[in-house]
Amino acid sequence: MEKKFGVYICNGCSIGESINIEKLIKSSARAAKIQPDAVRVHDILCSPAGIEMIKNDISQGMNTLILGACSPRVKFEEFDFPGALTERVNLREFVVWTQDPNTDAAQSTAEDYMKMGIIKAQKGELPEPNILPDLSKTIVVVGGGISGLTAALDAAEAGYEVVLIEKEPQLGGWAAKLYKEVPREFPYEKLIEPIVINKIKEVEAHPNIRVYKSSTIEKTDGQPGLFDVTIRTNGTSETIKAGVFIMTAGWQPYDASKLVHLGYGMPDVITNVQMEEIAKSGKITRPSDGKEAKKVAFIQCAGSRDPEHLPYCSSFCCATSLKQAKYVRELNSEAVAMIFYKDIRTPGQTEIFYKNMQNDPGVLLTKADVTKISDIGNGNMFVEAENTLLGEKIKVEADLVVLAVGIVPATRASQEYLDGLTEVTTKGDDAKNAYLESTPKPEFILNLGYRQGPEIPSLEGAYGFADSNFICFQYETRRTGIYAAGCVRQPMTMSEAASDAAGAALKAIQCVEHVSKGIAVHPRAWDATFPDPMMIRCTSCKRCTEECPFGAIDEDEKGTPFYRINRCRRCGTCMGACPERIVSFKDFSVDLVGSMIRGIEVSEDEFRIVVLACENDSYPALDSAAIKRIKINSSVRIIPVRCLGATNLVWVSDAFSKGIDGLILLGCKYGENYQCHFVKGSELANYRFSKVKETLDKLQLESDRCQLMQVAINEYDKLPQMINDFVERIEEIGPNPFKDL
Amino acid sequence: MIDNKKVLVIGGGFSGITAALETAEAGFDVALVEKTPFLGGRVTQLNKYFPKLCPPNCGLEINFKRIKNIAGISIFTNAEVEKILGHEGSYDVAIKINPRFVNDRCVGCNACNEVCPVEIPNEFNFGMDKTKAIYITHHQAFPFKYVIDGKNCKGPSCAKCVEACKYNAIDLNMKHEIVNINVSSIILATGWDLYDVSKIDNLGGGKIDNVITNMMMERLASPDGPTSGKILRPSDNKPVQNIAFVQCAGSRDENHLPYCSYICCMASIKQATYLREQSPDSTVRIFYIDLRTPGRYEQFYWTVKDDPKVTFTKGKVAHIAEDPETKDVIVEAEDISLGKKTKERFDMVVLAAGMVPSTKTSKIPGDITYTSDGFVLPSSLEKGIYAVGSVKSPVDVSRSVQDATGAAIKSIQSVRRSK
Repeated sequence: MEKKFGVYICNGCSIGESINIEKLIKSSARAAKIQPDAVRVHDILCSPAGIEMIKNDISQGMNTLILGACSPRVKFEEFDFPGALTERVNLREFVVWTQDPNTDAAQSTAEDYMKMGIIKAQKGELPEPNILPDLSKTIVVVGGGISGLTAALDAAEAGYEVVLIEKEPQLGGWAAKLYKEVPREFPYEKLIEPIVINKIKEVEAHPNIRVYKSSTIEKTDGQPGLFDVTIRTNGTSETIKAGVFIMTAGWQPYDASKLVHLGYGMPDVITNVQMEEIAKSGKITRPSDGKEAKKVAFIQCAGSRDPEHLPYCSSFCCATSLKQAKYVRELNSEAVAMIFYKDIRTPGQTEIFYKNMQNDPGVLLTKADVTKISDIGNGNMFVEAENTLLGEKIKVEADLVVLAVGIVPATRASQEYLDGLTEVTTKGDDAKNAYLESTPKPEFILNLGYRQGPEIPSLEGAYGFADSNFICFQYETRRTGIYAAGCVRQPMTMSEAASDAAGAALKAIQCVEHVSKGIAVHPRAWDATFPDPMMIRCTSCKRCTEECPFGAIDEDEKGTPFYRINRCRRCGTCMGACPERIVSFKDFSVDLVGSMIRGIEVSEDEFRIVVLACENDSYPALDSAAIKRIKINSSVRIIPVRCLGATNLVWVSDAFSKGIDGLILLGCKYGENYQCHFVKGSELANYRFSKVKETLDKLQLESDRCQLMQVAINEYDKLPQMINDFVERIEEIGPNPFKDL
Repeated sequence: MIDNKKVLVIGGGFSGITAALETAEAGFDVALVEKTPFLGGRVTQLNKYFPKLCPPNCGLEINFKRIKNIAGISIFTNAEVEKILGHEGSYDVAIKINPRFVNDRCVGCNACNEVCPVEIPNEFNFGMDKTKAIYITHHQAFPFKYVIDGKNCKGPSCAKCVEACKYNAIDLNMKHEIVNINVSSIILATGWDLYDVSKIDNLGGGKIDNVITNMMMERLASPDGPTSGKILRPSDNKPVQNIAFVQCAGSRDENHLPYCSYICCMASIKQATYLREQSPDSTVRIFYIDLRTPGRYEQFYWTVKDDPKVTFTKGKVAHIAEDPETKDVIVEAEDISLGKKTKERFDMVVLAAGMVPSTKTSKIPGDITYTSDGFVLPSSLEKGIYAVGSVKSPVDVSRSVQDATGAAIKSIQSVRRSK
């Protein structure tokens, strides 16, 4: 496309009163290489008349627009010109609302921003989506418990082909082993028949669902839309094409043999899972002698909420024990149930079920720490406990003890193994080989042929539960097109797991649909650009493959990286990582941002500070500070980037060789509770920065001239001060010595 | 009749925004109707989320950016659904758009606010400060367009704002408007209100200056709140050093709310960190019945429990009184673990007030069954209508997100069935 530039300047929102527009026209025209009289000025550019003017120009062939007006965060409906490359220059927020009007400083700030916008428009291109051929929209669901069945049915009902893979010879998972379920709805009085039985029937009868039982995944290669999944069933393998995964591998009950202190191993001490089997027989009997149990004790948090065992709450056990107490009472009205708990956790309306159970005089609830289960000798046991509400130790006789054991995610074994492997890898090959020899390899679930490992990563300190890290975006995992749901993500009840699975099914559908349009998935779900490396210059240094947070880049046999573009989330981390600077997007590249930096006017008697701001949090925070009219030092020039992970070190030299005096990288908080939606953007930028600091020191260029600041979006009131303080420090250090070269 | 939307989402809080976006990003047109002038609902008033202690505006900003970039979402703020008639595949819906008195030409410059002579209690900050009759709730509000409080505005007789606005954006004679649309399915995401603590006689809510609600505490701790984020007590703006949280203020109580409100334990533990972070010498006591931090939230509880300045006391608060001289708050409680009654003085008390579904007071126009507490009974809903989030039962934000995403697939199934 041959670019025809249109430069527009809005006079409204005090822009015209704060800046010398005539001068701004001249400098912008020069930058855009157009005649000054071709620059259009409008009193209110966002008004219907202003928009009409722009649309009229577009109809005359104008295709590249630079709009000097307000922030791109506002007036997005008005300034929407499909088919035209549109660059919004934030004169209002970043100049008029933050600088003293009609000063040289405000003028040069405005001129720089216009020039940078023009450079961006000159260097950028309209995106053309990269749609790979032969895409599959088949959804693979891994695990046929309540989550998997729900996900499969929901996706199938929405019109998609589903392949459901279940390890066991039958579907249903733990849900199918239940006698009855906790009521799901007001008035929470009656236990309900297991919902899963009908789901199994529906799944098996559904024309859109293919079920593989007794099956595991031997290998997964490819990328969203183009996965090759090798399924192993009873010794034979079959490879299918698939588009996306839903990971619902579920959980295992915590190993009760580790709960000897709670009496496990004694014949009549059982788990809550065993209790379901017993109840299914229609009578609560004791394993030791088959006699009907009349005094049943339930020990809550058997393993859960215990630093020695599971340092989390397993969420469903309180309601489950209340339900099982109801079994005891319904199957024999003379039997009593006693529940020993730390806290009863029946959140939400489930509380009403708890209240109903409290009203049954045959159900006794006691807050207590169980210290011992002892054999009385008459075939019964004593439950001994302390820290009761009465403050005293108690000893209660029971003829059956049920341990409310918690859950362990199915992902935990592989995660522990892989975490161990990562750790020893840093210690060298010998340690690694010793580990591989001595540690039994667990059965992996997805067996991804990814450079970054065979499973979806789990979070640090999450005890093997699968990603996601985000409260607002529950399905934002680090493996594009693989959505986890149910108890692999966190402990949940059956109804929560079902709702989670439905959500994962929706995300899976979005993924295959977006891939088929060549656009990204969350969080840049509209983005049709993609990284396009100039491979001829690649040195196979592999920094991109190592740093890509989403495992989007693999290496061929020769070790040359190549993109699996449908795994890419378009953050630009690879672009920032590449020392050869060969990765570019149509509207975002090393050269584009570098040219913007180099386009900033630098003079000997003024300081210039460049702020590279993450567009997700930092840019809105800067905007908000401007809305609050907090002044910002006039030497500052802000350039938004997709993510700080995209920061290429060449920008540092671009800045300093040009004579910029200081550089701020403004990004999200990192660490355990990271807020970066591209996982490690600011952390990686900081890492790269630390490397460059040594070089700067060597060049006698004070490394204090660059600083990374972590800022949350709600800290905008402090942000200008943080930046202004930095500028002051730079002023103390003095001008960039390269300025006059 | 405007163009046919496929899915209607009622409620523009985090659940509703999520349901709308997830549906739209799957390729289906959506209409999103929000009662108040801005999107975001309750979470816009929160300082941080538990357990990550990250700001809600971060996720909202990303969602607003998604809205800006995706065609196919029509947003109606200041609007209510007045009528729903029909069945899955074809619901005729009437949306009443209440007058904002500010049109799309608003540029958000604040000139109107500066000249407005009418000061009103700021509802967004629970009356802890004032705003003008023409206002915007906060600096990251969306849409970023002012609104006039019609009840308090003096109208055309004043019109100072009209004079000040250079953009012809204010129309004091704006009338309500009815928009009729037809949709295949409907998602109910009408959210929740805070329980009115003044109904709880013994806890002093609404009567004692320094007894506040958990939602007020969020505003006090928010950098964009009435005290710019400093936790100062309302009576004398003194920095709070010694605070008590009273759990289940209304919740789990037959006389008030018989259910558990799900979020309050985690919210109070989180709010304890707000104060502890601001003031290293401050002390916190949390009175509770059962501490409910399900799943991985347990870890957050452990972290805060490790702080020696935060004490968890199992026991019910019997009575809260005010020291008339110092305005301190005297809390009488029963410490169950110690088996004795206690009486203690605090600078300020936070009542962990519960959630009331908004459908308790304003019903959705349609054939929908509610529990006696006002929650939508999901099994009563016909195919084509789906309820998400706290309209069904109290939940936290992450579960609302799951639920809303799940409802999006149900709504798509409805569209598909009605093809």
